[in-house]
Amino acid sequence: MSFLIFETLNKKFGDFVAVRDMSLSVERGEFISLLGPSGCGKTTTLQMVAGLLPPTSGRIVLDGKDITKTPPNQRGLGIVFQSYALFPHMTATDNVAFGLEMRGVGKAERTDRARGALDQVKLGQFVDRYPKDMSGGQRQRVALARALVIEPPVLLLDEPLSNLDAKLREEMRIELRLLQQDIGVTTILVTHDQEEALSMSDRIVVMQQGDVAQIAAPLDLYERPTNTFVSDFVGKTNLIQGQITGDNEVNVDGTRVSVDTLAHTHGSSVTLSIRPEKFQMSDDPSGHEVRVEAAIFLGASWLYRVKGSMGDLFVTQPNTGSAGYAKGDVAWLGWPEGALTLFKGAQ
Amino acid sequence: MMASIQPRKVPYFLTGPGVIFFAALLGAPMVMTLLLSLHSYDFNTGIQPDWTLANYVEVLGDSYFQKIFGRTFGLALLVTVICVLIGVPEAYVLSRLSSRWRSVFLLVVLGPLLISVVVRTLGWALFFGGNGVLTMTAQALGFGDEPVSLMFTFTGMTIALVHVLVPFMVISVWASLQKIDPQSEDAGLSLGASKMTVLRRITLPQAMPGILSGSIIVFALTASAFATPAIIGGRRMKVVATAAYDEYLSTLNWPLGATIAILLLLANIGIIVSYNKLIERRFAKVFE
Ligand SMILES: Nc1ncnc2c1ncn2[C@@H]1O[C@H](COP(=O)(O)OP(=O)(O)OP(=O)(O)O)[C@@H](O)[C@H]1O
Ligand SMILES: [Mg+2]
Repeated sequence: MSFLIFETLNKKFGDFVAVRDMSLSVERGEFISLLGPSGCGKTTTLQMVAGLLPPTSGRIVLDGKDITKTPPNQRGLGIVFQSYALFPHMTATDNVAFGLEMRGVGKAERTDRARGALDQVKLGQFVDRYPKDMSGGQRQRVALARALVIEPPVLLLDEPLSNLDAKLREEMRIELRLLQQDIGVTTILVTHDQEEALSMSDRIVVMQQGDVAQIAAPLDLYERPTNTFVSDFVGKTNLIQGQITGDNEVNVDGTRVSVDTLAHTHGSSVTLSIRPEKFQMSDDPSGHEVRVEAAIFLGASWLYRVKGSMGDLFVTQPNTGSAGYAKGDVAWLGWPEGALTLFKGAQ
Repeated sequence: MMASIQPRKVPYFLTGPGVIFFAALLGAPMVMTLLLSLHSYDFNTGIQPDWTLANYVEVLGDSYFQKIFGRTFGLALLVTVICVLIGVPEAYVLSRLSSRWRSVFLLVVLGPLLISVVVRTLGWALFFGGNGVLTMTAQALGFGDEPVSLMFTFTGMTIALVHVLVPFMVISVWASLQKIDPQSEDAGLSLGASKMTVLRRITLPQAMPGILSGSIIVFALTASAFATPAIIGGRRMKVVATAAYDEYLSTLNWPLGATIAILLLLANIGIIVSYNKLIERRFAKVFE
C-alpha cells in the first residue's frame, strides 16, 4: 500500500468547489508537485493534508492510518508555508528548535540539533539572527530547516521558492531536490511554476480549477499531455485548430497535415498541439512555408513568431553561433513524426 | 504670477502654520504655567513678582501632596494592569470573530468613545451612589439595608477609569494582532504545539508591542485624568489633576497649582520615556 493516499478528497467553500474528487497515491520517498494556475486549489489541498482545513468529504491515509480527523499538532508533518511564517520574535535557532521543544527534547540537545539543521541549509553563521535581519532566501531556508529538523514523515512545501530571485531560485531547486533525496523524505510541493515542477518532481499533479487535469512523470507530462490545458500550461505550445478530412490527415485552413488520427472520428474538429522547439526551420524549400514576423534572441536559443497558411506559430531554434532569421525572411518548417499531438474538439 | 519659493524652503512653509498653531496653543500656556510656578503667593496681595523654587519645595516636602501623587500613580498603574487584563483578551477574541461579527463588536467596543467622558462618568455616579443601582441590587439580594456606595472611593475611580480607557488598550492590541501572519500560528500548530501553547508562545509575544504601547496610553491618560476623578473621587479622593484644579479655583493659589501641574507633567514624561526606552531595548531587535 502506498505511503500517503488521498481518497476522493473534496473541499467546498459554501457553493464554491475548491478541490474536486482528488485521488492520489504517493510512495514513500517520492517527490510530488501540485502544479496549476493561481486559485486552482493547490494550497487548499496542502492545507487538508496538513490538517489546517477539514475536507468536505474524502479520506487521507498516512502509512496505513486514517488521519483525516487528526488535528494538525498530532500529524507531525513538516510544513514550509507560502509566507514562510517564521516566528519573528525568535532567533533562527529558536525558530528551528521550537518543534523539538514541543517534542520534549532537552535544551542542550535541541540547540545542537537546530544548529545542525541550519548548517545543513548553509545558514551556519546566522544562527542568532532574527528573521527581520535576514534576506528572503535565508528566511526560506530557516523555514525549511524548521520543517526538516523534526524528521517529519512528509514534507509539505507551499511555493517555497516563489519569493526568491531567478538565480537563487534555480540554485535552491537543485539544493532542495538533493537534500530531499539525501534524507529520503516524502515531499509534496505546491507550485505554479512549471519549470520548478518539471525539474524537481518524480511525478506532477496538474490541477485546473479544483480538478486533477493529469498525473504523470515530468517527461511524460511534457511529451504526452492528455488534454489541451496541460499541453498549454506545461511548457509552451502551439495550438492549431483543424478538421479530420481523411485517414491520418487533418485540414488546417486548407493546409493538409498528416498525423495519426486513429483515435478520432472522421470529420470531427480537433486541436493540434506542437511544441515550438520541435520545429526544424530551414531555407530548404520543403515543408510548411512561413514568413518570420518577429525574432527574439534568448541567449541559448532564438524565439520566432512566424506566419504561414496554418496561422501564427511560435518556433524556437537553438543558437548555433551564426545569425538567426530576421523579420521578413521566408523559411520552411518541418517536424519529426510524433511531434504533433491531437486533441478532440476545438480549443 | 505666483511668487516662486525655493524648493528647499517648501517644507518650512508647509509645516509653518502647524508649528505656529502648536506653539501658540500648547507651548505658550506651558511656558506661562512654568513661569507662574516660579512665583510665590501671598493670601493678601496675590502673586508676587519674585523668582523662587519655594512652591516646589512645598509640594515635594508636604506629605499631603506626596499622598496625592502616590495615589495618582498607584491608580494609573492599577488601571493599566486591569486594562491589560481585560483589553488583551477582548482584542484577541475580536480578532477571531468572523468579519461580520467583528465589525459589530468593534462598534460596541469603540462606541463609548463617541460619548463624552463626563456623561459616562455621571452614569457611573448614578450606579455607585448611596441610593443607586448598586445599593438597590445589594438590598434586593439581601445584603442588608446599609447603602453600598462606591462614590468617593479608590475602587469606584478605578472601575470608572478602566471603563473609560479600556477601548484604547483594545485598539492598540487589535492593531498589533492584525499584523500577525496567521500562518505563523498554523506553523506553531504543525510543529506540535497545542492551541494554548501557540497563544502563549507565538501570538502573545507578537502582540507585545501593542500591549506595551496601549499601556503607555492608558497610564498617561489615567495619571492626568481629570473629569472621572473629579466626579467619582471628588474632594475626598483627590488625584494630582483635581488637586491642581482646587489650588487654582478654590484656594486661588495659582502658583502652587501651576507647580503641581508641572510636577505631574515631569513625572509623566519621566515614567513614559524610561518605559519606552525599556521597550525599545527589548524589542528593537525583533520588530521593525
Ligand atoms: N476560506 C476560503 N473561503 C472561500 N474561498 C476560498 C477560501 N480559501 C480559498 N478559497 C478559494 O479556493 C480557491 C483555491 O484556493 P487556493 O488557495 O487553494 O489556491 P492556490 O491554487 O493555492 O492559488 P495560489 O497559486 O494563488 O496560491 C480559490 O479560488 C480561492 O478563492
Ligand atoms: Mg496557494
